[in-house]
Amino acid sequence: MRISTFWYCFKQGIINICRNIWFSLASTAIISACIFLFCVFFSVITNVQHMVVTAESTMGITVFFDETLSGAEIQEIGETIHHEKNTVIKDMKFISAEAAWEEFRSEYFGENTDLAAGFAEDNPLAGSSSYEIYLHNIADQGPMVNYLQSVAGVRKVNYSNSAVAGLSSFNKILTLLCGVILAMLLAVAVFLISNTINVAAEFRKNENKIMRLIGATNFMIRAPFVVEGTLLGLIGASIPLGAMFFLYNSAVEFVMERFQLLSGIIQFLPIEEVYPMMLLVSLALGGGLGFVVSFMTIRRHLRV
Amino acid sequence: MIEINKLTKTYDKSSRALKGVDISIEDGEFVFITGRSGSGKSTLLRILLKEVEPTSGRVVVNDMDLGAMPRRYVPRYRRTLGVVFQDFRLLKDRTVYENIAFAQRVIGVPGRTIKEAVPRMLKLVGLSSKYKAFPHQLSGGEQQRVAIARALINQPAVLLADEPTGNLDPQNAMEIMKLLEEINRRGTTVIVVTHSRELVNMMKKRVITMDKGIVISDVREGGYRYEN
Repeated sequence: MRISTFWYCFKQGIINICRNIWFSLASTAIISACIFLFCVFFSVITNVQHMVVTAESTMGITVFFDETLSGAEIQEIGETIHHEKNTVIKDMKFISAEAAWEEFRSEYFGENTDLAAGFAEDNPLAGSSSYEIYLHNIADQGPMVNYLQSVAGVRKVNYSNSAVAGLSSFNKILTLLCGVILAMLLAVAVFLISNTINVAAEFRKNENKIMRLIGATNFMIRAPFVVEGTLLGLIGASIPLGAMFFLYNSAVEFVMERFQLLSGIIQFLPIEEVYPMMLLVSLALGGGLGFVVSFMTIRRHLRV
Repeated sequence: MIEINKLTKTYDKSSRALKGVDISIEDGEFVFITGRSGSGKSTLLRILLKEVEPTSGRVVVNDMDLGAMPRRYVPRYRRTLGVVFQDFRLLKDRTVYENIAFAQRVIGVPGRTIKEAVPRMLKLVGLSSKYKAFPHQLSGGEQQRVAIARALINQPAVLLADEPTGNLDPQNAMEIMKLLEEINRRGTTVIVVTHSRELVNMMKKRVITMDKGIVISDVREGGYRYEN
């Protein structure tokens, strides 16, 4: 396509938008609402996923064994667990009673080693040999804990609280909800864009007929409408993207202030990590929606 | 050259617009097609423009068989034709210059070529001084000149004019006919569908007369046969 032809089509697309300014504004507004909701859900889902991944990599299950068992027996049980559940286990670490005491001592007494000297010959954590188990997916935590509690020789199973474990299912529900709302909004957007293009096509009915008789191709007749639809989509996407850029940090601060108790669990991603993908997907969604709907809508106006 | 053989067009079972029409038009001819309303003139024109498909028969325009032409070639075929309508069909929101340039813009002609071609066409139709005017600022005759310039700017081999003087007073109608004659003199085949007895009789060109879907006479340097 020649540059002059491209600019001609682009200019005609802009003229179409200006001619039906109210329809164009309505379409842009509904696309903006659609993309804004998408951005909100995208931010929440991305952050929840981040929290889930963090939880999966930092929160393990600790398994304690009967005090009567020897180290070799404990390790044998550990190997059995690893063998039976190797598909869900990401990492598994044996912590002997001595290692547990060493860690506790350095954490609790710090540099005051003389305070711990009284326990030198008497490990208070004797019989506390354990396994720390990390899973690939935190959603498997519940079944895994049930399994571990049923293993002979296991005395106690410690695991992270259910709020964190529930993040995974929360994420699934949120994704589903997001999908349903987006689908409804997209349907409204499709209807409005299609209506806008239909009105523009009616305005250009005479012009399209002349174009056809002069020998213009379908591409040339269609191009101004496709430009119009794509521009409406891109403008509709740009507005919520601009808003999100400024609102994201404020929203994060607001949540952190209101839910200080959860600050240990909730760790938001910085906008620099969320925004690039959100920008790309939103522009593709807005522009793509406008392109496809206008392309399909104008088809029936081509045979004049 | 235009070759039409046994051309038939049936819109529904009761009405046959064309009934086995045979016409041959040489390159560079000036032909009037006349006849009463409903005689099939406009259907013939629409078939030549490939706006409607014939029911049977064969139409060959400049070695292109319209019946065998795939749809994707239709735009390219139409570029070899120029069309002028009774109601001018100008774009009201664009200037004279833009209306003429439009015919080249929509087929992707480079901007530089358009800048050279439009003034040339304006000069041919005698509207060089009115290139900035909008259609509503022009007389009927001037508007039809713009329409002719738009039809000619892509240098078509054939110019099809459907009642080009139907909305004009006798003086303007005469001027348009003179312009069409000049265009024909430069080598373009001109086919004019008209009801105008005076113009047909005055021009002394080939006249094909149709009635009820058939050609009833085809006379070189002929005259108008019917009462309006």
